[in-house]
Amino acid sequence: MNTQLGVRGWTGVLVATVLIAAIVPVFNLAIPATSALHLSDFHVSLLGKILCYAICALAMDLIWGYTGILSLGHGLFFALGGYGMGMYLMRQIGSDGQYRMPMPDFMVFLNWKEFPWHWALSDSFVAQMLLVVLVPGLLAFVFGFFAFRSRIKGVYFSIITQALTFAAMLLFFRNETGFGGNNGFTDFKRILGIPITQHMRVFLCVLSGLVLIAFFLMARAIVHSKYGRVLQAIRDAETRVMFTGYDPVAYKLSIWTLSAVMCAVAGALYVPQVGIINPGEMSPAASIEMAIWAAVGGRATLIGPIVGAFFVNGAKSWFTVAFPEFWLYFLGALFIAVTLFLPNGIIGLVRKKA
Amino acid sequence: MNLLVRLRSLLLVAVALLAGPALALTQQQARALVAGDAESRIAALNAVLAGADEKTIALIQAISDDAVKFTESAVFVIKDGKGFDPVTGVELAVPDAAEDVINNNQMRGELDAALASIKLFSPDVAVRTEAVKTLQGEPDEAKLPLIEKALAAETVPAIKRSLGHIRSAMLLGSTDKARRLEAATALGASGTPATKTLLLERQKVETEADVNAAITVALRAIEGRLAWGERLGVVFTGISLGSILLLVALGLAITYGLMGVINMAHGELMMIGAYATYVIQNLFKAWLPGAFDAYVLLAIPVSFLAAALVGAALERSVIRWLYGRPLETLLATWGISLMLQQAVRSIFGAQNVPVENPSWLSGGVDVMSNLTLPFNRIAIVGFAILVLVGVWALISRTRLGLFVRGVTQNRRMAACMGVNTARIDTYAFALGSGIAGLAGCALSQVGNVGPDLGQGYIVDAFMVVVLGGVGQLAGTVYAALGLGVLNKLLEGLSGAVLAKIMVLVFIVIFIQKRPQGIFALKGRSAEA
Repeated sequence: MNTQLGVRGWTGVLVATVLIAAIVPVFNLAIPATSALHLSDFHVSLLGKILCYAICALAMDLIWGYTGILSLGHGLFFALGGYGMGMYLMRQIGSDGQYRMPMPDFMVFLNWKEFPWHWALSDSFVAQMLLVVLVPGLLAFVFGFFAFRSRIKGVYFSIITQALTFAAMLLFFRNETGFGGNNGFTDFKRILGIPITQHMRVFLCVLSGLVLIAFFLMARAIVHSKYGRVLQAIRDAETRVMFTGYDPVAYKLSIWTLSAVMCAVAGALYVPQVGIINPGEMSPAASIEMAIWAAVGGRATLIGPIVGAFFVNGAKSWFTVAFPEFWLYFLGALFIAVTLFLPNGIIGLVRKKA
Repeated sequence: MNLLVRLRSLLLVAVALLAGPALALTQQQARALVAGDAESRIAALNAVLAGADEKTIALIQAISDDAVKFTESAVFVIKDGKGFDPVTGVELAVPDAAEDVINNNQMRGELDAALASIKLFSPDVAVRTEAVKTLQGEPDEAKLPLIEKALAAETVPAIKRSLGHIRSAMLLGSTDKARRLEAATALGASGTPATKTLLLERQKVETEADVNAAITVALRAIEGRLAWGERLGVVFTGISLGSILLLVALGLAITYGLMGVINMAHGELMMIGAYATYVIQNLFKAWLPGAFDAYVLLAIPVSFLAAALVGAALERSVIRWLYGRPLETLLATWGISLMLQQAVRSIFGAQNVPVENPSWLSGGVDVMSNLTLPFNRIAIVGFAILVLVGVWALISRTRLGLFVRGVTQNRRMAACMGVNTARIDTYAFALGSGIAGLAGCALSQVGNVGPDLGQGYIVDAFMVVVLGGVGQLAGTVYAALGLGVLNKLLEGLSGAVLAKIMVLVFIVIFIQKRPQGIFALKGRSAEA
């Protein structure tokens, strides 16, 4: 296996960077809407969304594709990151909400006079961005520590991660939790005092793309390092790794926490772009969908999950407009077809042909 | 209740009432009932009530149904767009100027109470019981003569007792101290939450010390009785929830516990069972309305077969290729569940469909004044036990069960002994699916039937199986009942959602301690 990216690889990374950082802003903002080359606002927001999903798929791939741990709870980390960002964005609304009060609308509605304790830092961008990383990271660390220490693996682990995100969803649905209940957070107005306009959205989209590329390079470095080799060995024969003298817990715990943090960052980038975060993101279905992005593209390849996220979500946005009633049939069939016929996903198919 | 039934029951009531000194409805009374402010109308209502005849009752019913108009001089009962005189029953032309009768909340409460007190004289025991329940809510001294009349005529002991309580409740507000004292003492024998509130309210305004003392004694007696009812209620709802969880998890105990297939479509197989029940119900409604009450008996085998067939088809087409790769089965069956949900949406629509209880499953046994055990819940507990015994017998006492156990324990050895393992897999999976169908049939009797039916239970079902220990029927039973009762106990302390969260967190922690569930199979394998 070549550990270097090589000329072709670096060219690919460069092309992707240029595409994201130059083409998107130019074609959306500089070229007039009447031109055939114009990239519509809708497509920019779709692209931004899918780039965030691709980060999740990449995170999923590190933990599932390379380490063999199927998490059905990554939606929780994504949503926690999103909520962390959302709290800051809610504070940025200031007194411009419907009630013209300094508190977020839902708190005014609940007749709360002061912020709950977990909102203490929400006014500071830096502190809140730290929380976006730290809270999901800490949760993943604590949960993972106990789970991996008790040697919970395989399906058991999948099912309890699903229970975890389900419990969190129920908790966030409650108004008393202080996260806006059913409706979550929405109606964001500005970031760092700058209004969220199309320029800001394009910037966020570009930022998501750059973060994805950075994460990709990081993931590549990880899987080709000795550490990454051990992860793959754990996936293939954990007991043997243990008997050879390695402690799988430390390896699993670190990659699990890293993967959760990646999802949280994706969530934080996602929320200002789509303009809403609610507990629906924590539903077990949302987490399972992340697994299918990775599986469709091709597990244990780094480009695969990104391709998969684009393929599935591109198909979703096309289907839900063209044939809304057939989307679930398609998605369901995709789950079955990939597991039965494409164990290596789209990338595996392409490689076989090549 | 539809209109015809209601009219018929009212007619019967009227006949019963006519036995007393009935006063014919007059035009003045009819007008007083509909025009003027709420106070004067209520006074008029109470005035006509004691001697209400058939026409008065019909008029009160019509007012309550918002089917009355009036002008300066006349009152019209509107039926099928035509106006009728409430006194003579003659059809009248309704002038455009006629106003609708507007009932405010207070008036509406009075009308309901009036109709209920009329129903006290119905020859039908069920109607009388219902009427007593309605009247227990708001005792109003103006209806005292009517209640006393009903009390004198009543023959059923239970209703007579309730009527006595209502009478005492009315007397509690009396101006005569002796009557209040008597009422407070008598109420101590009752045990309804309504009486408790009533006594508490009276206690606030009561000035006489001995009446107050009597009220305190009565309150203590009632509270003791209510507490017992509540405790028993929690235990029963816990067992009821546990038996539902058991039904849901039993199928999984076979497909997951014995075969190792993570069947995320299990909930959708339940949904198929529930929809099969719905279809059978509709067929009975259309073709055999006379035998409607028996539809459940046919729905049980049909829902089993429907889900089992779908399960067998799934096993042959998809799951067969994924044995030994549990994470892959998880994803593939999740895909199947999405397709099944969408298929049901395409066929039956995205809305919930109505499934009616047959008459023998509706209603319940009143064990205590604040504890009613609904028949459908009791039936589900019994049904769960039956299914459990059936599954146990099938697995441990039949040849098929022997083969299933053999194949799951050592597939190659079983094959060498001449067992057709592929066929056994299909049978076993179909069996697990069929039990899911049975669970769906049971759920259709207590909850909503819709495309999302399965989603709500799938997490719980896996929790039960994981908690109980894989490959263990006994573990599944303990885990289901334990989780059911625990959930309901916590619900009493902290509300439904927090209870659910606490239970999930409890399971997550429990699994850390005992990764194999309550009943772990003993072994020395490092690959547990």
